[in-house]
Amino acid sequence: MIGTGILKGMAVTARNFVGSYFDKERLITVQYPEERTPLPENYRNFPILIYDNDPQAGLRCVACKICEKECPPQCIYIVKSDDKKPDYMGKPQFYPKVFDIDISVCMSCQICVEVCPFEAIKMDKDFELSKRERFDSLLLRREQLSKSNEYYHKIHPVEAAAVDKNLADAAAAAEAKKKAAAEAAAKVAAAKATAAKTTPVPPAAGSSASTSEASS
Amino acid sequence: MNMTTETIEAMERPPVTMASRLEGELLEVSMGPQHPSTHGVFRMNVALEGEIVRKLKPVFGYLHRNHEQIGEHTSYLGSMPYTDRLDYFCSMSNNWAYALSVEKLAGIEVPERAEYLRVILAELTRLQNHASLLGFLLSDMGAWGTPLMYAFREREKILDLFESLSGSRMMCDYMRFGGCRLDASDEWLARAKQIVDRFPEFLDEFEELILGNEIVIGRTQNVGKISAELAINSGITGPMVRASGVNYDIRKVDGYGFYRRFKFRIPLGEHGDTYDRLMMRALEMHESVSILQQAFAQIQPGPVLNPKVKVRAFRPPVGEAYGRIEAPKGELGFYLISDGSPNPYRYRVRPPSFINLTILEDMCLGHTVADVMVILGSVDIVMGEVDR
Repeated sequence: MIGTGILKGMAVTARNFVGSYFDKERLITVQYPEERTPLPENYRNFPILIYDNDPQAGLRCVACKICEKECPPQCIYIVKSDDKKPDYMGKPQFYPKVFDIDISVCMSCQICVEVCPFEAIKMDKDFELSKRERFDSLLLRREQLSKSNEYYHKIHPVEAAAVDKNLADAAAAAEAKKKAAAEAAAKVAAAKATAAKTTPVPPAAGSSASTSEASS
Repeated sequence: MNMTTETIEAMERPPVTMASRLEGELLEVSMGPQHPSTHGVFRMNVALEGEIVRKLKPVFGYLHRNHEQIGEHTSYLGSMPYTDRLDYFCSMSNNWAYALSVEKLAGIEVPERAEYLRVILAELTRLQNHASLLGFLLSDMGAWGTPLMYAFREREKILDLFESLSGSRMMCDYMRFGGCRLDASDEWLARAKQIVDRFPEFLDEFEELILGNEIVIGRTQNVGKISAELAINSGITGPMVRASGVNYDIRKVDGYGFYRRFKFRIPLGEHGDTYDRLMMRALEMHESVSILQQAFAQIQPGPVLNPKVKVRAFRPPVGEAYGRIEAPKGELGFYLISDGSPNPYRYRVRPPSFINLTILEDMCLGHTVADVMVILGSVDIVMGEVDR
């Protein structure tokens, strides 16, 4: 009979309408500013720079400019510093004198995070970014981009824990390597001293052995 | 300023165009580009006799963003997020097509789990694309809101899955050369399985809601017919060509990824009219659900990214490659020529919506203006992909 299709369709809408009063699952929207759905761990928005302890000295970025080069829309601008400061392993490194990200250009692709060898740049989760001004307020400076490691732990707990573990492992490995190198050097020096005491060795052979051991 | 009536009349006189000059009696109407039913910034110059379309000229290029030129000036990896912006409904399948062609170019192996994840994500993309297309098409026909909202309710569940996996709902940027960026947790897979298992409920409900509706049938049957011959000759692909009864699905023809491991059928139409194209989407969703259930049963733990592939300074060997997949809208292909440098020498996209749009005039001639909107809706275009 003609018209049954229409009536069937109306029955479906009626079922959904009445059902929404009894079934929580049929109410699929939330009243946004008051209620919020939780963001997933992997959610990404715009890049931030991570620092440990101090926002100035603790910045992990060493201004290597890889992210600037790899960024597809070219929204990162970095100027390298003239002097060096010690990084988390105590090695003297450059730091960014200027680090700007134009978030009106950024397309949140996360490639900067993937290519960063120092775990210095990560993605933020803050999405309520409406501004009253079009130009300067959308160009984020280094001070605005710098976020503490605690903040990073808060927004990406699983990822941040893995990153911290990697960094600690790398630092421990570097420390162990340093220690081993120092021990080896001490051994060589001791051997040399004893060798010099007992039998004289040609100096060329002794020096080559010590360099090869120290470098390994 | 003092403006006389003559100057106002002179300003408002329509320009003499080709159609009006040739046909004399025809009325030329410019439909779009700011019309909600044109699915974006798309314009059609229609020559009408009364209400019947006698001539139709599609005009596009309003959303041109120089996609291919950008691809030639950025690194191979840098093009990956740009492919999300082609067909912004199916960023996962765009990623796959691009990754596939680069993998062909550089001869990269993909781990097994990554291949399964790709199948799962591509089929989820197909589900959400077809669901929202049905909603848009019915909205074009005048079923305002309700079917679209029902479809979006389901689409949102799938987009939530994408968000929790890749970090973004629509611009996923998830796949990488030689696998996928992140691994899916067991919890994610369980959630996806639950959503897929409940998807047939939505399909049944949607069918009851509108697909049996007499008005829908009256508006779509025998409207915008394409013969199988025309469909093949014009090079259209996807559900459009299958609605005309041509058995052509790249999942079966090429068997890329792991599609040879799955059992599924290809729904085929008979008449090639708008109704067949509409039903083709509904039937394909049933098949996608079956592929997904097989994939969830078969997926095994393992690595998801080939560790040999360099992230930085990736330089494929000199050569060329064409990778294609069956995207929800048809054959999506990327053609790349490498000269050994970090960026491709030539980067060409073969977008399904653009080529499916080329026979719009053949479908619309002899139908009314109201039918043009329905026919355009059934082509399933996304202007981001048409204009690139």
